[in-house]
Amino acid sequence: MSAQLLQVLFAGLTAGAIYALVALGFSIIYNSSQVINFAQGEFVMIGGMATVSFLHLGLPLPLAALAAVAATTLVALALDKLAVERARNASVVTLIIITIGASILLRGLASLVWDKNIHALPAFSGDKPISVGGATLLPQSLWVLGVSLAVLAALWWFFNRTLYGKAMLATSHNRLAAQLAGISVRRVLLVSFGLSGALGALAGILVAPITFTAWDVGVMLGLKGFAAAILGGLGSGPGAVLGGLLLGLAEALAAGYVSSAYKDVIAFVIILAVLVLMPGGLLGRRAAERV
Amino acid sequence: MNLRSGIAVLGRLVAIGALAFAANAQAQKEPIKIGAFVSATGPAAFLGDPEQKTLALYVEKINAGGGVLGRRLKLISYDSAGDAEKARTFVKRLIEEDKVDAIVGGSTTGETMAVIPLVEQAQIPFISLAGAVVVVEPVKKWVFKTPATDRMACEKIFQDMNARKISKIGLITGSGAFDKSMRAQCMAVAPKYGIDIVGDETYGAQDTDMTAQLTKLRQNAQVRAVLNCGFGAGPAIVTKNFRQIGMTVPLYQSHGVASKEFIKLAGDAANGVRLPAAALLVADTLPFNDPQKHVVLDYQHAYEARYHQDVSTFGGHAYDGLMLIVQAMKNAGTTDDAKVRDALEHIHGFIGIDGEFNFSPTDHMGLSLAAFRMLEIQNGNWTLVK
Repeated sequence: MSAQLLQVLFAGLTAGAIYALVALGFSIIYNSSQVINFAQGEFVMIGGMATVSFLHLGLPLPLAALAAVAATTLVALALDKLAVERARNASVVTLIIITIGASILLRGLASLVWDKNIHALPAFSGDKPISVGGATLLPQSLWVLGVSLAVLAALWWFFNRTLYGKAMLATSHNRLAAQLAGISVRRVLLVSFGLSGALGALAGILVAPITFTAWDVGVMLGLKGFAAAILGGLGSGPGAVLGGLLLGLAEALAAGYVSSAYKDVIAFVIILAVLVLMPGGLLGRRAAERV
Repeated sequence: MNLRSGIAVLGRLVAIGALAFAANAQAQKEPIKIGAFVSATGPAAFLGDPEQKTLALYVEKINAGGGVLGRRLKLISYDSAGDAEKARTFVKRLIEEDKVDAIVGGSTTGETMAVIPLVEQAQIPFISLAGAVVVVEPVKKWVFKTPATDRMACEKIFQDMNARKISKIGLITGSGAFDKSMRAQCMAVAPKYGIDIVGDETYGAQDTDMTAQLTKLRQNAQVRAVLNCGFGAGPAIVTKNFRQIGMTVPLYQSHGVASKEFIKLAGDAANGVRLPAAALLVADTLPFNDPQKHVVLDYQHAYEARYHQDVSTFGGHAYDGLMLIVQAMKNAGTTDDAKVRDALEHIHGFIGIDGEFNFSPTDHMGLSLAAFRMLEIQNGNWTLVK
């Protein structure tokens, strides 16, 4: 394998893991409510920006990261309690529009609470690139990949091995039946928002040393994460990860071998093709069930 | 005429006289209205925010010092949020409702270009804070600008490359308007300096990794230096990726990233990067005989004392815009639009933050290549390249 190809693959995997974490957040909320939470990108932004703030207050990095995850989770819970839950009888489209409004509000608030500058976080374990076969990899990329895998494993355990996770899955399959079986749908929704918030924050913290963070980074990360979720199949955890990695690799390969000008185009063409040819995504379950 | 009506007439005359006197006094005290529209929020906030703060600070300072032509300045400022359509609306309002005497603003080239037809039609002196050459080329009668152009940045960089005997370079460009405009200008002037562009890569505005594009440039053995046309987070990521994949050729950045932010973001990777920048960045290290030294130091101290933020060159554009208008009004001895415009066009040897301005009927930007200093980042700080 040539050094160039290897370098491109590393770039693709790192970007892909970031998209995957964002896509997971989309999937969790989608599962419990059929709502696509367009404020997911803002959770990513808040995670990164809050960590920068807590660092400035003098907290050590791990503590600052933890505090930022907690803060973002609170914001996500508040979003559910104050906006989504109050409109729970509204149609899904209305709820989606509410999340779009929330994302604009959160972005505006962030630009006031913090500032409009771009901030960097120090890398968790140094900036010294690791050399592999003529290509180089940043230690932070390993962090991103490793934590993504760990999160995926933890989520699998949560959804398949705990009562709470199963209740959430049940709600995603049939809301009414779940309610009749004694599951508090309201609480499931609350937990899914909290979980997505924490996940988004984690993504934001992991990527901030590589990509920097600012009040408006949520827009594009949210969009790419959404695309990844669609590609992998909305609502599917492994699908979100697969979609994210594929999207990241496709973008990097396009930039490295075709033309960097068409990088984003190629990514979105793939999404369009998936939507037309297999609307359920690669690992989605709905397309088959609905027939 | 009987006595009573005579008194009445007299009374009316007195009343009219008093009114006229009051109106006269009013006219003398009526403030000079400076209209402004900057992107204080939105994607170009990093431009508009320091511009807005600078305008507010210096209007206040000028008023504290007695104003201009014995009149106070009044700043009427709108936030166009980087939106050309909003910029048009606000400029219309500045002209028609606020009836301002001159306009400073237009943080981005898009906003500036959108309002040029309006100011040309209304015949009001307008100083733009946008970078691209199209603002003043071809020359528009009522439009001036303070920032040096991207073409000059390219020329400055190519001069430095000539000095280092580099002739084959790779370009990597962001997708923003500034980035693309600079790339086009660099392509246009490259032959003049014998520079051959052998690699040409791009990246998206929100891209988070440019190693794929840079690897392509690295694999190209002809590339002896890399020039990154861009601003925002992109160039910082390019710089980090550049070091990460172990590239050793010289890396040049544009004046678009000439701020402390860039060094903060790129960290150690920034060391060795060269870029053209305004004198403001190296105010402390300028030699004492440099004519700009005290101007930029005064501005830096005033801004930092008020806002507790690092100065940026963008705020400097607004300083120059406001001060040039004030100077033109003083030279003209009036706020009459046509006379102020003529005075602006004749301003010569005005030392501002961006450099020495020498306007002429064919040059509404007025700066020379000397406005740019070639800097190299060493140990996380700017140093002048001798």
